[in-house]
Amino acid sequence: MSVRDLACAAGGHRLFQGIGFDVRPGELMEVRGPNGSGKTTLLRCIAGLFTEESGHVDVAVEEQPLYLGHKPGLSPLLTPLENLRWYLALRGREPRREDCLAALREVGLNGSRAVLCGSLSAGQQRRAALARLAASSAPLWLLDEPFAALDESGRGIVRSLVRTQCAGGGAVVCATHEDLGVAGAKRLEIAA
Amino acid sequence: MIVLAQAGRDLRIAFRARGEMAHPVAFFALAVTLFGLGLGSDLQTLGAVAVVVVWVIALLACMLAAESLFRRDFEDGTLEQMLLHGRPIFLAVLGKLAAHWCVSGLPLVLFAPVAGFMLQAPTQALPVLVASLAIGTPTLAAIGAVAAALTVGLGRGGLLLALIALPLYVPVLVFGASAGVVAASGLSALPQLLWLLAMLAAALTFVPFAVGFALRLSQEY
Amino acid sequence: MGRLAAFAHRLGSPRWFFDITGPWLVVLSVIGIALVTVGSVWGLVFAPEDYQQGNSFRIIYVHVPTAHLAEALYLAMGAAGVVLLVWRMKLADMFIAVTAPVGMAITGVALLTGAIWGKPTWGAWWVWDARTTSVLVLFFLYVGLMALRQAIPAREQAGRAVAVLAVVGTVNVPIIKYSVDWWLTLHQPSSFSLTEPPTMPAQMWLPLLVNVVGFYCLVAAVVLAGLRNEILERESGTAWVRDWLARKLRGSVA
Repeated sequence: MSVRDLACAAGGHRLFQGIGFDVRPGELMEVRGPNGSGKTTLLRCIAGLFTEESGHVDVAVEEQPLYLGHKPGLSPLLTPLENLRWYLALRGREPRREDCLAALREVGLNGSRAVLCGSLSAGQQRRAALARLAASSAPLWLLDEPFAALDESGRGIVRSLVRTQCAGGGAVVCATHEDLGVAGAKRLEIAA
Repeated sequence: MIVLAQAGRDLRIAFRARGEMAHPVAFFALAVTLFGLGLGSDLQTLGAVAVVVVWVIALLACMLAAESLFRRDFEDGTLEQMLLHGRPIFLAVLGKLAAHWCVSGLPLVLFAPVAGFMLQAPTQALPVLVASLAIGTPTLAAIGAVAAALTVGLGRGGLLLALIALPLYVPVLVFGASAGVVAASGLSALPQLLWLLAMLAAALTFVPFAVGFALRLSQEY
Repeated sequence: MGRLAAFAHRLGSPRWFFDITGPWLVVLSVIGIALVTVGSVWGLVFAPEDYQQGNSFRIIYVHVPTAHLAEALYLAMGAAGVVLLVWRMKLADMFIAVTAPVGMAITGVALLTGAIWGKPTWGAWWVWDARTTSVLVLFFLYVGLMALRQAIPAREQAGRAVAVLAVVGTVNVPIIKYSVDWWLTLHQPSSFSLTEPPTMPAQMWLPLLVNVVGFYCLVAAVVLAGLRNEILERESGTAWVRDWLARKLRGSVA
């Protein structure tokens, strides 16, 4: 994917302009910048959830990118398993129970327990959202502060998921304040 | 398959919050009661306007139900997962509409004969009343979905949604209510029912695209 | 095709639009005022009395043009909505923003004059006649459009949301018209039709025609003036607006 001369505005003022970069298969792009600099807006713009003021975003992949934002993307009235199966079905994939259970195990959740997401703790909800990463076949991941609300082992899971994605030829764009620990990661600084 | 997966998920959620499923019908019954009370024991007047009253109240119930169509998904972020780059949103919208109608429109249709009896509607009009509601309420749900999608990101729905949706409801009300009125006077209501069917077909064809546009916008308010 | 694309591109530029429409505004205003004056005086003073309705029919010289415009303006907004959503042309957004209140006011006038005409003609201020009812629904469509715009804080997003609603409404307008027409038919048939010759004498319909054209020009002038204001406001930070303002101020001093 590539971004060319991108400018975004929100609430009547310009967040950033002239942003351009490429991300190729196997690469990680860390997006850094202080609060309010537009990291989230940049990711949402790439994901197609925000309209740019000017410039181009070109996402040349056959499957839609995976987006992990501030909102969990989980219905509180469904179990993590049900949420994951709906998510996969929506992307046109066969939501096989075993695959989903394996993905949930990978993020440290017992998928066969019938607990609704609404009654999970914040950290567990975050893990349930991370299960989308574990089950993903999307070639491009867009992660917005994936470490939020996670304990040390949860952070470890994020790092290993990202490493696996990059090793498998996938690309990741990640807004973060913390090192993801992937060798050769590129970095984009957005000024406030 | 996306339609089914989406409809199945929404039905499951609706079932888990089944207290809310009763709201439209409860509103319907309450409004009918108020009408009956207001007109008192004047059964003749009541019978003359019954069909139209049932239609108008059903329409208002549909409108009120529309507000919750995307609210949950917007708040928990599942809506943005539905909207990611290049995904054909209209299939998921169709699935949502189907599930939404099953839990909010269908109960109204089933309750309509009871409401008709309570308001002294002519008996020969009841089958047509039910049929017209069965064809008309999905159209109302679809039109309501456009208004709901336009207002979901604003954090306040209610009156704004009503202002947007009600004028668009007019043709459905005209054909629906006139079907009942015509049937009450013993004539065939087939033309009206066919018109309602045509509007349903048109709504199901165009609405998912308009809703898709509006939902994308709702992410940017 | 190349020229067409170039033209469309220039139309998309508010500055270019502002520069070329200055003279149009003058021409439209002059023609509009002249025609409305001629048509109104002719219709109100010189046209013969109606043999059934007497003098009260004369309100058609205001009612018919406004009723036409009420619909035409909404359809124009629908068209602008498509342009905005498909080509993201800023000018289309400004057009909708400016036209909505104008259209709502015009629709209000059409309703008011309809009611005033209804009293002597039908014996009631308001009867649920088909065409006045569909104009009433049209009025509510305008209300919804304005309410939606005011509810959305971000201007660009508000513009697109309103465009979606305007397009949906425009698809609905003929359906509303037809359904209401078919259900309630009491109104006298339309005075004007493109396919049939008018049934009233020439001294009656000629001033009406003059007034219809005059009202169109006048409203076009109002919309254009609003559009030019809107352009100045939205581009107020740019160099060309500052230049224009400086020139304007110097002109008024000299």
